[in-house]
Amino acid sequence: MASAEIDVKYVANLARLALTPDEEKQLGAQLGSILGYIEKLRELDVSGVEPTAHAVPMVNITRTDEIRPSLPHEDALRNAPRQAGGLFIVPKVVE
Amino acid sequence: MEYEAVIGLETHVQLKTKSKMWCGCANQYGSEPNTNVCPVCLGMPGVLPVPNEEALRKTVLTGYLLNCEIPRYAKFDRKNYFYPDASKNYQLTQYDKPSTANGFVEFEFAGKGSANGMGKVRITRAHLEEDVGKLTHFDRTSGVDFNRAGVPLLEIVSEPDITGADMAYAYLNALTEILHQGGVSDCDMEKGMVRCDVNISVRPVGTKELGAKIEIKNMNSFSGVRRAAEYEIARQIEVVSKGGKLIQSTRRWDDVAGITEEMRTKENAHDYRYFPEPDMMPLAPTDAWLAEVKALVIELPIARKQRFMRDYQLPAGDAEVFKSNVELGNYFEGLAKQSKNPKAIANWIINNLLAKLSEANKSEADEQAALGIEPANLKLTTLADLKFPPSALLELVNLVEAKTISSSAAQQVFTEMFATGKAPAVIVQEKGLAQVSDTGAIEKFCDEAIAANPAPVADYKAGKIVALNSLKGQVMKLSKGKANPALVGEILERKLRG
Repeated sequence: MASAEIDVKYVANLARLALTPDEEKQLGAQLGSILGYIEKLRELDVSGVEPTAHAVPMVNITRTDEIRPSLPHEDALRNAPRQAGGLFIVPKVVE
Repeated sequence: MEYEAVIGLETHVQLKTKSKMWCGCANQYGSEPNTNVCPVCLGMPGVLPVPNEEALRKTVLTGYLLNCEIPRYAKFDRKNYFYPDASKNYQLTQYDKPSTANGFVEFEFAGKGSANGMGKVRITRAHLEEDVGKLTHFDRTSGVDFNRAGVPLLEIVSEPDITGADMAYAYLNALTEILHQGGVSDCDMEKGMVRCDVNISVRPVGTKELGAKIEIKNMNSFSGVRRAAEYEIARQIEVVSKGGKLIQSTRRWDDVAGITEEMRTKENAHDYRYFPEPDMMPLAPTDAWLAEVKALVIELPIARKQRFMRDYQLPAGDAEVFKSNVELGNYFEGLAKQSKNPKAIANWIINNLLAKLSEANKSEADEQAALGIEPANLKLTTLADLKFPPSALLELVNLVEAKTISSSAAQQVFTEMFATGKAPAVIVQEKGLAQVSDTGAIEKFCDEAIAANPAPVADYKAGKIVALNSLKGQVMKLSKGKANPALVGEILERKLRG
């Protein structure tokens, strides 16, 4: 994908970022050069290689189903900008 | 033109585990808000989620219960979206490599879309993800409780094989019965353990192409699903038959108004930008582990019902009771195997034992509630607490079969053995309940009954045959339920005709 094809506005909206036109331009160029680098990787012949999400060949890393202490309630809410009734209070968002 | 509905369901089911999916916080409903939370399930930076092995086991077990294939490779992905119920701004789920795929559920269903009294819905996949926090909306703000965040959640996706509201309802009940009996989930609707998205489209009968898919989000009751589907099918058919066009969209069910309303259309559809979860290694179940999980598979409820009907010649109604109540079914089967008359055993269990148990449980519940005991902590008599051993029921049936006691005497014996745990033979002796087949004694009771009840006697003689029943009843009363009813009938008839 060439840099021109990146819909910077759309990506910014998905990431909930409000960009100025200047920032859009700047980030568009930066994203473009990152994609250019990825394009270079494409030159490599990987037809015989299974895709992987990880570089380390490890599988089945799990934990046993045991309860461990949770955070004290006060600590859990310590960084909450607002709280009430033991709840994190956020601007009302109804989907 | 005639239209038909095409329905697919996405059913979310909370798995029954002690701890959450990625952390050791308790998977527990009803705790004080934000008390079962830690840096992992609060989505704080720098934490490392680690999958709960029991949740993986129950996911694969579900796969087996739903006749799925279990892929030898599965992984987790991030589904990105912004909503306050997900503090990480993504939900961990399985996108393109789920833990189970390509199964089906079969269930009893007689309506549209059934074949031979059975319905079948193919399962696309059942994948593992995490539940999200619970939002409470206030006037101008919303409150978030993250106790539910990170609870293991199974999403069971069906193929669009469902043809109507009733079939959706039957499928959901069958599905949750399997998962509940299979030990995968408690499926407690009241506690929000099962939630459902319904995808509905309509098309002209005889065509193959699917119409615009309309999704009704977040249903939390099966009767709600049925009503919403009924409404939505009718609504869509009306739109298209008037020449209108439906577009892919998401709607919400308003249970009070009984209508669906639009939330968003395809143009505003979410773009979740899925990508592999970098903090978690893929899953590659080994043969040994899969064998271990497979050993946990139970006999499916429908198979059990069919087997009970076949092996013990039970009517469908009885088998249904034993299908839905597993413990009771096991109790029955333990006895039925030793009995020549399984149907009689079933009758005693369903008609008498269940009634006595629920009677006892009701008064226990009332007593304990009066003492201020919480509903969840009530101690109620169960099958395991019965005072009589199962073999006593067998003995009781044998006493009736051998005509040692009449069926009305048997009721008294049962009441007594339920209350005291005494053996039936002992009760029969103590109470003198042995059936009287001595014709001399019965003749005497018959004479008394005839002398004391001139009206039914006259009715019978005038041709009202049913009047005999009332006289029979009198004789049984006089004999304290001990007279052999067949003999009573014969003797009364002989005397009245003579």
